[in-house]
Amino acid sequence: MPVGESLNALCAGLILICAFAIVGTRQVQGVRRFFVFQSILLAAACFLLAWDEHIADLWWLGGITLTAKVILIPWVMKRTLAPEFYIRRELSQTINIPSSLLLALLLAVGSELLVAPITSASGNPVIETNVPIGLACLLIGAYSLAARREAIPQLLGILSMENGAFLAGIAIAPTLPLIAELAIAVDVVLIAVIVGLLTKTIEKTMGTTEAAALSELKEETAEWR
Amino acid sequence: MALIAIVALPAFAALLCWLGPFRKLGWHITVISQCVEFGLAVFIASQVIAKTRVAGAAGWFEADGLSALTLVIVTFVCALAAIYAGGYMSHSSEGKLWRFYAMYNLLSFALVAVPSQAGPNLAWVAMELVTLFSVLLVGFENTPGALEAAWKFSVLTIMGAPIALFGFLILFWAWHSAGHTQRDTWDVLQAAAPAMSPTFLRLSFLLVFIGFGAKTGFAPMHTWLPDAHSEAPTPVCAVLSGVKTSVPLYVILRFLGIVLASPSARMGEWMVAIGLISVAIGAFLLLQVHDYKRMFAYSTVEHMGIILTAAGLASRASDFGAVFQLLNHAITKSLCFYIAGIVLLAMGTREIKSVKGLLRSSPFVGGVLLFCALAIAGAPPFPIFLSEFSILSAGMRAGHVVAVSVLAALIVVAFVGIMLQVNGMAFGRPDLPEVHVAVPQACRIAVLVGAVPVAIFGIYIPGPVHSLLMLAAQQLGGR
Repeated sequence: MPVGESLNALCAGLILICAFAIVGTRQVQGVRRFFVFQSILLAAACFLLAWDEHIADLWWLGGITLTAKVILIPWVMKRTLAPEFYIRRELSQTINIPSSLLLALLLAVGSELLVAPITSASGNPVIETNVPIGLACLLIGAYSLAARREAIPQLLGILSMENGAFLAGIAIAPTLPLIAELAIAVDVVLIAVIVGLLTKTIEKTMGTTEAAALSELKEETAEWR
Repeated sequence: MALIAIVALPAFAALLCWLGPFRKLGWHITVISQCVEFGLAVFIASQVIAKTRVAGAAGWFEADGLSALTLVIVTFVCALAAIYAGGYMSHSSEGKLWRFYAMYNLLSFALVAVPSQAGPNLAWVAMELVTLFSVLLVGFENTPGALEAAWKFSVLTIMGAPIALFGFLILFWAWHSAGHTQRDTWDVLQAAAPAMSPTFLRLSFLLVFIGFGAKTGFAPMHTWLPDAHSEAPTPVCAVLSGVKTSVPLYVILRFLGIVLASPSARMGEWMVAIGLISVAIGAFLLLQVHDYKRMFAYSTVEHMGIILTAAGLASRASDFGAVFQLLNHAITKSLCFYIAGIVLLAMGTREIKSVKGLLRSSPFVGGVLLFCALAIAGAPPFPIFLSEFSILSAGMRAGHVVAVSVLAALIVVAFVGIMLQVNGMAFGRPDLPEVHVAVPQACRIAVLVGAVPVAIFGIYIPGPVHSLLMLAAQQLGGR
């Protein structure tokens, strides 16, 4: 296996491990740290592919990823959110961590099985690695969103889903117009800003950011469910 | 040029609202910019009718029938809701109004940006902006209820974004694996679809459907919709329910058009099934709702389901029904929210049971409420009756007897639900006979102007509107 491909596989594998770590960590600080790791690895995968396959756009994309996800988003979150969001305690989860990891594992296996018929037809080893792992990160991120009961880890879950989509994207759509890539990056930063601001307002008005406490609005379904 | 102006103008208006010296003029700036927007959209639509396709900047900003129709719908609702806001917002919150108008303009910028894109790539970005700016507006009133609604809304709909992004990337991949290198615009994608791998197309459509279906409010991802559409300030509810749901649906319809163009990627039956589930959930929830703003929100779930079902039937006639329903839903639902907002201003409660005998205490408000309820429930001679009837008959002619019978039964359930609820609100004896319903002038104007197309389109569809609908229906890919 050529060096470029094996290094790409290493990056993709580490990105998947980060996704597991995001599900398995008990501390907010830890979730944030693993998200940043994951983004650094994503940028590394970008640079690797740019160097290996000589695609100039990917150099830019790697740079954009580094600026947006490694520098801007953590900075934005630090600015909008009070420090007590981070130092505080363990997170509550609806499903305990070992079972969560087991479910995440099933999602990873399932996404490999789901896309294997499509990716193997392409005959490109980078696609064969990145697409299933990207899909797995997307699904694991969605799962962590459902399992976590608090605002910040939920936000980071959404952002790590985006990382998964990007990992697949650099393999299957490396020639996507740069303007679109740039706009997507700006968009992701905006998500962090707006959800961060919303969280801050909720914290100020209600004194908590536990999503479970937000349950005043109910559907009128009691009779038939 | 008009296509670029229509996107740039609201962004510029938002900037003006934010600049210090103009902050007091927020409403005037918004109304002027939104009315000019509507004029531009009508101009674009007239060009599209003449030439079937208009390019602002080839490959980036282009409009065809479906996008022109969406632009007209979006700008019409945004303009009227802006006028309405002048009467409504001055009553409900003081100060910080400039912030409301700045965000409102940003939302309308994002809403028109989606249909004016020539291709999928930037449409995803614009769709995300729509979601983000609506989150801000849903939570605008800062009450616990509004914040909770904004939170649920943001988590469910922003989560859809990366899922849809994956779908967009797979479509791009399919496009390139089929050996194309030029810019992917909606029309070339649709033309090239038969040569693309059906597996790719199916997977891509599925991901986009999950991602943007959450934003449209298809069951079972509809749970945020009644919260957000009832807690937001009423002019925003009208925009959210009338057009913010239609814009992601527009993107889904584009993808559906591409998938249906590939004969081996059968997707239509699934869309019919999912659409019917949404109609069913919306219809049965309508029977037991206690809050009249939530009632109109559930009716949105129902109508989105009807449009999806019609598009899934995939015949020329049902496609016409689908786009006609898209138009009728937007004009009627926004009108429903205008009147609901007026009732809320007068009564101070959103509970259906606490509102009685509106026809006696205020013939104007009670009359318009009854008019809206009949129109949105689909009674003849209103336009929704026409579009629903054309969908049902098209389905019958195409041989989908089961689907059509289920759809017809559910529409009847929804009709009964809405009329039962509104019956008590409009008729009967008011509890407090001396209650004085003051309708702000701006709200009255918005209601009267908004009622014109609702009253006309059921009896007579003007020629240009009809040809625009025909052009739009062609993009849906039925045959």
